[in-house]
Amino acid sequence: MYRYDEFDERFVRERVAQFRGQVERRIDGSLSEDEFKPLRLKNGLYLQLHAYMLRIAVPYGTLNSRQLRQLAHIAETYDKGYGHFTTRQNLQFNWPKLKDVPDILGLLADVEMHCIQTSGNCIRNVTSDQFAGVAADEVEDPRPTAELIRQWSSLHPEFVWLPRKFKIAVTGASHDRAAIKVHDIGLKLKRDAAGAVGYEVIVGGGLGRTPMIGKVIREFLPKDELLAYLEAVMRVYNSEGRRDNKFKARVKILVHETGEEEFRARVEEEYARLDGPTINAPDEEVRRIAAYFAPPAYATLPETSAVLDAARAADPALDRFVAQNGFAHKQPGYIALTIALKEIGAVPGDMSAAQMRAFADLAETYSFDEFRVTHSQNLVLPHVRKDDVPAVFAALKAAGLASANAGLITDIIACPGLDYCALATAKSIPIAQAIAKTFADEKRQAAIGELPIKISGCINACGHHHVGAIGILGLEKGGRENYQITVGGDASEHAALGERLGPGIDAEDVPAAIEAIVETYLAEREGGESFIETVRRAGIEPFKAGFASFLDDRAPASEAAE
Amino acid sequence: MTLITEDGAAEDRFTRADTLEAALAAEGPVLVPLPVAADYLAKRPGAETGISVPGATSIDEIRPHLAAAALVAVEFPGFSDGRGFSLARKIRREGFAGTLRASGPLIADQFADALACGFTEVELPETMANRQPVQQWLAAKETMSVHYQTGYGTEPSILQQRLTARKGATR
Ligand code: SF4
Repeated sequence: MYRYDEFDERFVRERVAQFRGQVERRIDGSLSEDEFKPLRLKNGLYLQLHAYMLRIAVPYGTLNSRQLRQLAHIAETYDKGYGHFTTRQNLQFNWPKLKDVPDILGLLADVEMHCIQTSGNCIRNVTSDQFAGVAADEVEDPRPTAELIRQWSSLHPEFVWLPRKFKIAVTGASHDRAAIKVHDIGLKLKRDAAGAVGYEVIVGGGLGRTPMIGKVIREFLPKDELLAYLEAVMRVYNSEGRRDNKFKARVKILVHETGEEEFRARVEEEYARLDGPTINAPDEEVRRIAAYFAPPAYATLPETSAVLDAARAADPALDRFVAQNGFAHKQPGYIALTIALKEIGAVPGDMSAAQMRAFADLAETYSFDEFRVTHSQNLVLPHVRKDDVPAVFAALKAAGLASANAGLITDIIACPGLDYCALATAKSIPIAQAIAKTFADEKRQAAIGELPIKISGCINACGHHHVGAIGILGLEKGGRENYQITVGGDASEHAALGERLGPGIDAEDVPAAIEAIVETYLAEREGGESFIETVRRAGIEPFKAGFASFLDDRAPASEAAE
Repeated sequence: MTLITEDGAAEDRFTRADTLEAALAAEGPVLVPLPVAADYLAKRPGAETGISVPGATSIDEIRPHLAAAALVAVEFPGFSDGRGFSLARKIRREGFAGTLRASGPLIADQFADALACGFTEVELPETMANRQPVQQWLAAKETMSVHYQTGYGTEPSILQQRLTARKGATR
């Protein structure tokens, strides 16, 4: 893991003092509310429906046990005893008081954390693959790139007042777990024909009310040219992105309206004009950062573990957990484990202070003191010895963290929705809870297999419903909450946006509608196809037909009820 | 209007003139909108002239006038419109060595960034200056003593300082 040096430390401390000063100048009237608002947003402080919300950066989703214990302490001291992991690999506290925020920032700085640029119209916290350094299909670990971008984008003198928020994601693997095609910039580490490492640069993807798949604007960017090229993209966007309409201000609209060719030409023209060598990070610096992400001191172990095999044979629950939540590790004898923050009936992504402490102990004892936050609002223990898995599972069970449903139909992503969010048009969390209850039976979940459901409580799409294999969008129609269902969305290297099945439905009909969609899938499925593979092959029509007959069957019942 | 430089409040030597007639009638150095600049300089070749440009202006439109300008004032329609920061970078990249002014309702918290992007001064509406006096600007400028980005401002970036420290250590 990256560790702050004296400069990073000073930077974050000074940022805390700066924010404290900004709060004081707001209180004494030097700053108007309109002026203070973007300043607090750029420090992660949002005004929600009921209270302030503080969003803490978890750069590329990596944390250690000391940091999580500090978060547990903050949750207990300044919040209601829990925190909420988001789809941006961040952590949110929903109930801090404004006056406490500078102190919370100080506590975060004590453990090398901050809230810098977790909201506002600036470059946001950079995200990455939760299996970075673990996955076998990796050209190179994406985390050193992500850390370099974290530093470069922090309080950038030129790019703090962008037309709109700007999100960057990096992956080093061939299977894209970082959703790089639906980010403002997506970077994919790759090799050219000569074997040199560089990036494919994708610009202009995004969800929200105008979802778009990003365009490749550079097939291959040599690795050492990264920062200068990013500067060129950002300068074009900062200068030319629309500022007349906040709904058209994201870079995806600029790329779309300018045209892919022309946008590429403008970036390349800007790139040709700037002085790359002075902007790019020196090689020594790149290597200094990369050294922090060197593999931990693995033991030399056989690939299989007799201890684990015997325990799995004896305990079906453990067996299911490993089969579902285990991820192949490139180091023999190790495994990565996904911890789904998705107990049936729980709020997706919520974690209590007690769970945080229990989990911190596990990460410290069994995973080289490191864990990851995923964009599916789950956690990952990246480097667990297979021999240790039975002990880890027992401890997870005791903490209520052993749900064996990673990637299954009950592993639902849901935005905060009407329970917390001022922009919401509908509930999101209760819908997730109702669906999870409907499919609570573990055998049924296993039979259905991988099926990511994503729910947003308004068209801003924080729940990423466009790229859910099943996506659910909560709207408001005639004073009632109304849910639109899409099928076929995909955030991976096969990136696709979901298609609507038909008219919106009432909240209480959603679980049954999902059951109908699942029925269609089970009837259409060939061989071992996953849900999304069936949609890709069979198309949307069978699902539309199934949904239509579901609506027909519902009609008499709901009329009778009226 | 209040003019703030990195040393504190300064006197504005330039008189704003929005038309050619007004510019020709004015005493001392004038600050004219970009469309008036060519005509004014044709009549007053060599005069100490400032050119005012909206932050949204393309550098291609400004470039031909830079050699003759003593001052360029980039107009910010609002403090959260960041186009002026990029425009300042582009103007400096053209080799412009004169005074570069950020004009508009900026806030003190932007002072350090404005200087780092190449501005030399900020021209603030009086209402803003009353709420955010010069001392606040000078204090805000000092809150962050280090920055990561290379090529902004005069101080070495964190990346450069690390490099220097390493070279010192291995010597
Ligand atoms: S999708 Fe809408 S309701 Fe959900 S968190 Fe985002 S803005 Fe709020």
